[in-house]
Amino acid sequence: MTKPAVRAHSAETPASVTFQSVTKRYPDGTIGVDGIDLVCEAGKITVFVGPSGCGKTTTLRMINRMISPSSGTILIGDRDSATFDEAQLRRGIGYVIQNAGLFPHRTVIDNIATVPVLLGVNRREARAAAMELLERVGLDASLAKKYPYQLSGGQQQRVGVARALAADPPVLLMDEPFSAIDPVVRAELQDELLRLQREIGKTVIFVTHDMDEAIRLADRIVVFQRGGTIAQSDTPERLLIEPASPFVRDFTGDSGIKWLSLMSTEQIASSSSRLVSERDSLTPSDEWRLSVDDAGVAQYWIAPGQVEHTLATPCRRTFVVGLDPMRAALDSSLMSPAGLAVATDESQRVLGLVDFAQFDAAIHRYRSTAHA
Amino acid sequence: MLDTAWIWRNLPKIWDLLVQHAVLSYVPVVVGLLIALPVGIACVRWRWCYPIALAASSAFFAIPSLALFVLLLPYTGLTAATAIIPLTLYTASLLLRNIVDGIRSTDDSVRQAAAAMGYRPMRRLVSIELPIATPLILGGLRVAAVANISMVSVASVIGVASLGDLFIDGTQRFFATPIIVGIVLTAVLALITDLVLVSVQRVLTPWGQTRRSK
Amino acid sequence: MNVFDSVWAWFTNPENWSGYDSIPVRLVEHLGYSALAIACALLIAFPLGAILGHLHRGQALVLTIANLIRALPTLGLLTLLVILAGIGLMPPMVALVVLAIPPILVNTYEGVRFVNAGVVDAAKGVGLRGPAILFRVELPVALPIIMLGIRLAAIQVVSSATIAAYVGLGGLGRFIFDGLGRQDFAQMAGGSVIVALLAIVTEIVFILIAVLATSPGVRGRERFRFSPLSRKKVMP
Repeated sequence: MTKPAVRAHSAETPASVTFQSVTKRYPDGTIGVDGIDLVCEAGKITVFVGPSGCGKTTTLRMINRMISPSSGTILIGDRDSATFDEAQLRRGIGYVIQNAGLFPHRTVIDNIATVPVLLGVNRREARAAAMELLERVGLDASLAKKYPYQLSGGQQQRVGVARALAADPPVLLMDEPFSAIDPVVRAELQDELLRLQREIGKTVIFVTHDMDEAIRLADRIVVFQRGGTIAQSDTPERLLIEPASPFVRDFTGDSGIKWLSLMSTEQIASSSSRLVSERDSLTPSDEWRLSVDDAGVAQYWIAPGQVEHTLATPCRRTFVVGLDPMRAALDSSLMSPAGLAVATDESQRVLGLVDFAQFDAAIHRYRSTAHA
Repeated sequence: MLDTAWIWRNLPKIWDLLVQHAVLSYVPVVVGLLIALPVGIACVRWRWCYPIALAASSAFFAIPSLALFVLLLPYTGLTAATAIIPLTLYTASLLLRNIVDGIRSTDDSVRQAAAAMGYRPMRRLVSIELPIATPLILGGLRVAAVANISMVSVASVIGVASLGDLFIDGTQRFFATPIIVGIVLTAVLALITDLVLVSVQRVLTPWGQTRRSK
Repeated sequence: MNVFDSVWAWFTNPENWSGYDSIPVRLVEHLGYSALAIACALLIAFPLGAILGHLHRGQALVLTIANLIRALPTLGLLTLLVILAGIGLMPPMVALVVLAIPPILVNTYEGVRFVNAGVVDAAKGVGLRGPAILFRVELPVALPIIMLGIRLAAIQVVSSATIAAYVGLGGLGRFIFDGLGRQDFAQMAGGSVIVALLAIVTEIVFILIAVLATSPGVRGRERFRFSPLSRKKVMP
């Protein structure tokens, strides 16, 4: 990706964000944030969660000084953020908000190129770089000359992310960016964020009130509680397995089930003995079988005793070994009339079927390493 | 009732009056905009300005134009300035409200995004919020232009030439034709002006001017 | 003699305060015509705007009529009516009423039409029927915008009544036109000053009425969704 010539911070390596005894007190006496000490690691996604009004958004907005701390220091990298000129600081930090806040009077491409142009980059260069970013966030180049009102909510939000990344900032702030998006598109956008992170590796600080979203995205989760303090700051797994307080435990909800979203399916064993091609003629069997097509993609379940290929029971859910979490695998097994999960590879080719004994073994293995 | 012969005979004079009327209408609109823009921006940037400016302009706006024309007579005499100065101030008063409301009507998320990107307040006002306010401002311009075109004819009463001369002429001679001509021309001028401004708005804001109600 | 001095002299001249052609008499005349014109305009425009707004119909019609009337020059309308109908009270009054209609019509229409759809929906859900919704929900909520329209109309009428003196109506405009005829600038200026003061007072009075008449819950709302027409004043 071409980088703009002028940057407020060096963006070769992403920067960490450190809070040292940061407090925010409002004129009427309310405490927004109370003595926060926190390190958001460089190159990782840190997610702030918590009930409304507990300081998570306030804390986020203190990073780019949209809100000024009453006391304490915030370091970007190893430099005190207060030493930067406000506007310069913000040009070096990406910011994505809930309704995208795209400038309605500018085209998509000009929206993305906003900060580079602000930093003095030649407009043509900035637009060229913006085109690359447009494709990087998964949008078609034909959208470049369109205006925001012509885009869907999900598309607008992608443009918002592209705009935040345009000046290659070391830190990216995201304030409930996907909350206003419908669930289907939200899942896509979350995947895109994870993919982007694999490619670019920014320091991302993400605020959400959705615990599932946090678990999905975070390398580290920081739970805020009433009074503007931190209840727990930990990896998702540790948060679920060992909540630091009843509050955290209640907030994370059905942690056992949520934990299934974190468990990998890499180690799960599947057996291919009960797979048949849809072309084969069938001999009677007292077991459930799965028919697959020539490419190996799952088609229909064949009940015990059935000798004809009928369209009665299509295979509704499969999971990708290694990529999908245990939750998806269990989902697949629950949706199957045979109670068997269907394991596939990345190109949807069936590797085998998984029965409950294998789940039991996999969960057992996972738990023993987690508790170690 | 309509004496077309009279119209033909007096076409040159009618044309002159029309041109004069147009000048007296448009100059205040342009100058009024030029005055109202910086004042409006200042009122948004420094909030305390607005109540003062608004009160002053509302009070001023209530005063009938004829009264102002009369009061200016000893100072500017029977020249176009007597009409143009009050009308300019009227237009500025009218537009001030539009400009401030328009700038303030920017979506808060857009304003937040602009601040977070490192726009300083004044540049944000001018580069982001003001362009977004364009439809509302143009709407105000349309109303101001049409209003001016209607108001200018009153100036004829105190001797400043405009299409209003036709009304006075008609009244003095108890003759309907010039009055009808005057009304029609005024209305046509207003209509054309409105259409031109609508096209200008379409050209200036290709980015969708539909304001959705909340 | 200095302009201010001559105007002040005119104001302090006791002759101008008694008798037929005096300041109090003309003032009362002016207020009388204005009140009558506003009342008639209200009678015509308010029900029309309210009903059309409630039925969500006739937007194009309302705006077209308003635009057309606004484009008419006041003086032209006045003089034409006088030529057609003769000198008297009626022609100028008709002109005043016609000119006062657009602000009331447009504002009433838009105020009622654009009441938050959720509010109207809730009213239906509670079991209110058409007319009840209009009177109990839509009108009270639309009141600020309607009051604004009435205020605009009032200013419009006070101004137009000044000009109507040109075609023989009484009122404060008489000072201006009589003064013009007699080349008596002090009288013209004096009349202008009184008219200006009257206009400002009218504005303040209507603002106060609006504030007092509207429910506090409805007073402070943003009104951006309305067209510039409903917020703008047109002066003769």
